[in-house]
Amino acid sequence: MEKKVVYELESLYRDNFRVTGFSFGQGEKSLCILGNTRGNEYQQIFICSQIVKKLKELEEAGRICEGHEIMVIPSVNPYSMNIEKRFWPTDNTDINRMFPGYLLGETTQRIAGGVFEAVTGYRYGIQFPSFYMTGNFAPHVRLMKTGFEHIEKAEEFGLPYIVTREPKPYDTTTLNYNWQIWDTQAFSLYSTTTESIDEDAAENMVNAVMCFMNKEGLILKKVPEGYRSQIIDDSELAVVRPSRAGIFQSKIHVNQRVEKGQKLAQIINPYDGSCREELLSPVDGVIFFVHNHPMTYANTAVLKIVPSE
Amino acid sequence: MVETFASIEMPVDECLEIRKKRFLPEGPDNKKRISIVTGIHGDELEGQYVCYELARRIQEHKEYLTGTVDIYPAMNPLGIDSITRGIPGFDLDMNRTFPGSMDGSMTEYLAMEIVRDLEGSDLCLDIHASNIYLTELPQIRINELHKEKLVPLAKECNVDFIWVHGTSTVLESTLACSLNSRGTPTLVVEMGVGMRITKRIGNQMVEGILNVMKKLGIWTGETVKAREPIISEQVEDVLFLNASRSGIFIQETRHNTYVKKGQSIGKVVDPLNGIVLEDVVTEEEGLLFTIREYPVVEEGSLMARILKMEERTAEEDGEEGSI
Repeated sequence: MEKKVVYELESLYRDNFRVTGFSFGQGEKSLCILGNTRGNEYQQIFICSQIVKKLKELEEAGRICEGHEIMVIPSVNPYSMNIEKRFWPTDNTDINRMFPGYLLGETTQRIAGGVFEAVTGYRYGIQFPSFYMTGNFAPHVRLMKTGFEHIEKAEEFGLPYIVTREPKPYDTTTLNYNWQIWDTQAFSLYSTTTESIDEDAAENMVNAVMCFMNKEGLILKKVPEGYRSQIIDDSELAVVRPSRAGIFQSKIHVNQRVEKGQKLAQIINPYDGSCREELLSPVDGVIFFVHNHPMTYANTAVLKIVPSE
Repeated sequence: MVETFASIEMPVDECLEIRKKRFLPEGPDNKKRISIVTGIHGDELEGQYVCYELARRIQEHKEYLTGTVDIYPAMNPLGIDSITRGIPGFDLDMNRTFPGSMDGSMTEYLAMEIVRDLEGSDLCLDIHASNIYLTELPQIRINELHKEKLVPLAKECNVDFIWVHGTSTVLESTLACSLNSRGTPTLVVEMGVGMRITKRIGNQMVEGILNVMKKLGIWTGETVKAREPIISEQVEDVLFLNASRSGIFIQETRHNTYVKKGQSIGKVVDPLNGIVLEDVVTEEEGLLFTIREYPVVEEGSLMARILKMEERTAEEDGEEGSI
C-alpha cells in the first residue's frame, strides 16, 4: 500500500487541507474509489476505510492481481467533516458540483480539478455519494444515462437494485458525470445511511465492491455472488408525498414488502398529537427510500417504492 | 395591493408565504407589466432598498403610472429572515431550482409558483447583490442566447456595465434562464455586496428602473438619462485575479476605478507573523469592477475582476457616468 497526498491546499490558521489516496498493486489504472465529498457523509468514509483495510489484507496476502492498480480516496473533504459542515467551510460550495474543476479557479474548483487529475485515466470509478434529502435507501447502484453508462458492469456488484435516470443540468458538474465523459466507467453506490454509520450495510457495500473487483479480475478472493440486480428507472419508482407538514412517523423500513393501500406512515400535528394525514402505499412493492428526519414539509418525497413487476 | 401568490404549510404553527405588491394605474392602463424581483439569495439585501424606494416613489406619484408594477422583495423569505443564502432546511441554492415542478419537493413547488406568477411580464429584473465576499459595480449579466432582445433593455437601466456571458448547462436552472426561455425578458442585476445596503447604488438602480419603465410605457414621470454602459461580449475581455495564498486580504485599490498594469489591488497578509504573503497585482490595465470584500481568503479565492480597457473620457461616460 502506498499512501499519497493527491491534493493539498495551505490554510492560514488550520492544518493544511489534504486529500489522501491509498494505492494498491501496480500496473494499469484499473479502479478508483472515492468516499465523502461532503462533510456529513459518514457512512461513505466508513465504507472506504473498510475497503482500504480489506485491500491492505489482500495485498499482504498477495491477492491483488498483477498488472492492476487500485486507488482509494476515503475523503475528498476532510475540512468540512472535521467541523461538521456539509459543504465547503468558507463559501458553502459543494465540491461535487465543481467537476471537472479548474486549477486556476476558485478554491473548490481547484480542489475538484486537483482531485480529478488524480482520478482520471482509471478504467472504473466508484463513488459513494449521498442524496440531497435525508433518508435511508435500499442499497443500489445509480447510473446516469449519459450514453456512456454500462448497466451490465453495474450488475457485477450484486446489489439488489440498479437505478438509471436522465441527467439534469446540475449533474453535468458531478464527478460521476465527468468520469463518464472522460472514459472512466463510473458507478455511484448508495448505502442505507449517510449521517449515521450502519455497520451491516457498510459490510454489504464492501462485499459488493469486492464482488465487482473479483469479477473484473482485480483481486483473488472468494466473494458471495450477491443479488441478481433489478434494473429500474428512477421515473418508475412510486413516490409518496404528504400534502401536510408535521412530525413524520414511519411504520415501515427499507426493503420491506408492502401492499397497495397499506398504511406506511403518518403526519402528526406537533401540538396535539392528532393525525394530520395517513400515507398509504399506492402500489404493491418494496420500500426503496424512507425519509428519516423527525419533521417533514408538505410535498416532500418521503417514501419511494419499487413496484412489483 | 399585497398579494400572496405562493404559500405552504410549515411543520410547526407557521405558513410560508411569498408576497408581492402590485401597483396599478389610476387612469388608463396600457396593460404593460414590469416585475421587480429580489431576495432569491437570503444574504443579498441591496434589492431591499431598491424595492422600498421604488414603491415609495410610485406611491408618491401614482398619476405617472400607466401600466402594472409588481414588486417581489422576498422570494426566499426564510433565507432573508435567518441570514441564510440558500433555502434553510434544504441547504439548497434557490436559484438552481427553477423552473420547479408541481410534483416536486416544497422548493420545486415554490419555484414553479414563482415562474408562473412572473411569466408574461414585459420585463423582469432579478436584482442580486453579489455575495458577502465580493463587491460588484452595478451591472447586468446577460446570457448570449438572449442578447439581441435583452441588451437594448439593459442599456436603459442606468447600470455601469453589461456583461454578456456564455451559456452553461448549470445556469439553465436559474430564474432568469427559465423565464427567458419562456419568452419573458429577464435581466439579472448584480450590484453592491451581500449583507449590506448601499443607498447610492440603490438610488442609481431605482432611476434605471423608472427609466426603463418609461421606455416600456409604464411611467410618464421625469426620469434621468441612463448612463452609457460599457458592454463586454468576449470572454477574453475580463481578467480574473485569484489568490495564490491563504491569508487576510487588505484592499489597496478602490472598487470602480481604472487600474494600470502592475498595480497592486491589495495584499494577502499573515497576521501571525506580520508578513505579506502575496501582493495581488493586475497584469492588465482596465476597470476594476469586482473586488474582494470579505478579508479572509484562501488559495483560489476570487480577489478581483478587471475589464480590460483603456480609461474612458467623461464624454464617453455620458453626463451621469460615475467613472
